[in-house]
Amino acid sequence: MNYLEIIVITLVKILIIFTIMMLTVSYLVYFERRISAWVQNRLGPNRVGWEGVLQPFADVFKLLLKEDIVPLVANKPLHTLAPILALFVAFSTYAVIPFGPDITVFGYKVSLVVADINMGILYVLALTSLGVYAITFAGWSSGSKYSLFGGVRASAQMISYEVSMGFSVAGVLLFAESLRPVAIVEAQSGWMWNAVLQPIGFITFLVSAFAETNRLPFDLPEAEPELVGGFHTEYSSMKFAGFFLAEYANMIIASALIVTLYLGGWQIPYIELLGLPSWLTAAIQVAGFFFKVGFLLFFFLWVRWTIPRFRYDQLMSLGWKVMFPLSLINLVWVAVLIMIFKL
Amino acid sequence: MPVRRRQKDLNFWEKIYIPEIAKGLALTFKTMFKPKFTMEYPEEKFIPPPSYRGRPVLVQEENGEERCVACGLCSRVCPALAIEVQAGETDREKERYPERFEINMLRCIFCGFCEEVCPEEAIVMSKDYELAFTNREDAIYGKDELLVPVKNLNERINFLRQYK
Repeated sequence: MNYLEIIVITLVKILIIFTIMMLTVSYLVYFERRISAWVQNRLGPNRVGWEGVLQPFADVFKLLLKEDIVPLVANKPLHTLAPILALFVAFSTYAVIPFGPDITVFGYKVSLVVADINMGILYVLALTSLGVYAITFAGWSSGSKYSLFGGVRASAQMISYEVSMGFSVAGVLLFAESLRPVAIVEAQSGWMWNAVLQPIGFITFLVSAFAETNRLPFDLPEAEPELVGGFHTEYSSMKFAGFFLAEYANMIIASALIVTLYLGGWQIPYIELLGLPSWLTAAIQVAGFFFKVGFLLFFFLWVRWTIPRFRYDQLMSLGWKVMFPLSLINLVWVAVLIMIFKL
Repeated sequence: MPVRRRQKDLNFWEKIYIPEIAKGLALTFKTMFKPKFTMEYPEEKFIPPPSYRGRPVLVQEENGEERCVACGLCSRVCPALAIEVQAGETDREKERYPERFEINMLRCIFCGFCEEVCPEEAIVMSKDYELAFTNREDAIYGKDELLVPVKNLNERINFLRQYK
């Protein structure tokens, strides 16, 4: 393959992933509203289009028409930069997450990942940490006490949970002996899913992912009863929509990351024994990946409408006194497994 | 520092949260499939019970005449000063009738005092709750809007006879 072909193929992949992400984000908002309604014995939005399927587009249209209000005391450059940064982080993180095995299209061998870089997991961790800046900037630049509280809480929360997240990932990396997401997925063939091999690490990573995406029960940066709207109190119109989109895009990334690291990525156990043609196997595997991500996204919404919000000190003590030691125990457990079974 | 006592001591499984969270998740999952309470309003309308106090209306007898004798008690008792009555004389048995009877629906607070004070059972609260106007003049209901045949109001009248 020459450079032109590589660029064209990569651009096509970026376009496909971006489209899928945008559609998933808009429908995630729709399903959030429907599922929250169902959990509370309500119906939810069902007027715009069949069963309300056009609701997300109506929402976006409404937000576009809203007035963009910037507080007088706001630091304008940072106030504008914050939602852009949030969106940038949310959409660029997906680049390294593989969603299918290598396939052959028109004679080209195409791997179903935008950038198959050998330090992919580090890239994800680096970018998600950058996401804290978006929220802290938003909170600080708004010039409002509620926003500031939200921003400070976000930074404290994310730093605490990043630690246990990093240690949980370390367990996965020990098994895969690589930082490449594709290699990590390939190391989990059959039933060797990391969720089965290291359940403690799976749980700590799952909880940390909830905290990293600011979802309930850990949505303290935007805790409505205490902080009005938290870090996005002073945002309106499309800037607010930027944060909104970024939150849901982060959920997709978190789900995809959990699937890649712990639930075997696109792998479906024993599918190769069925003797299907290779293109069909690949299609089923891609569908399996999307199914797993979809289930996790549902799980995110489901948990949101089940568990009440943590208090700030409870959140911190859970992060440092429970999740951090547990992720260390998981690391030891993985080391012992490797030592005994020479995996 | 005072010693704070727990309301309930948690056992081991409750302390590690996860089984309790799973229980909560199971509950919300079950709730998702339960019948919904939402009433899809414009298509499906709420039919109130007879105790409901909706728009006050004047009772119209079978022969098309109003029961009201224009005593003015309702207008006197109305705390929001929404009712205006102008009496007139007739040759009929009751001798008096309201020439003009107006209720300003922007002022009415649906307290039901008019109905309670009426000696003739001539003004009662109906079940109408869809009251929307585009200007203030439309909000003043005259006799033509207020008169409702007695057969449509029997439920409320029976309720009043039983419980008033």
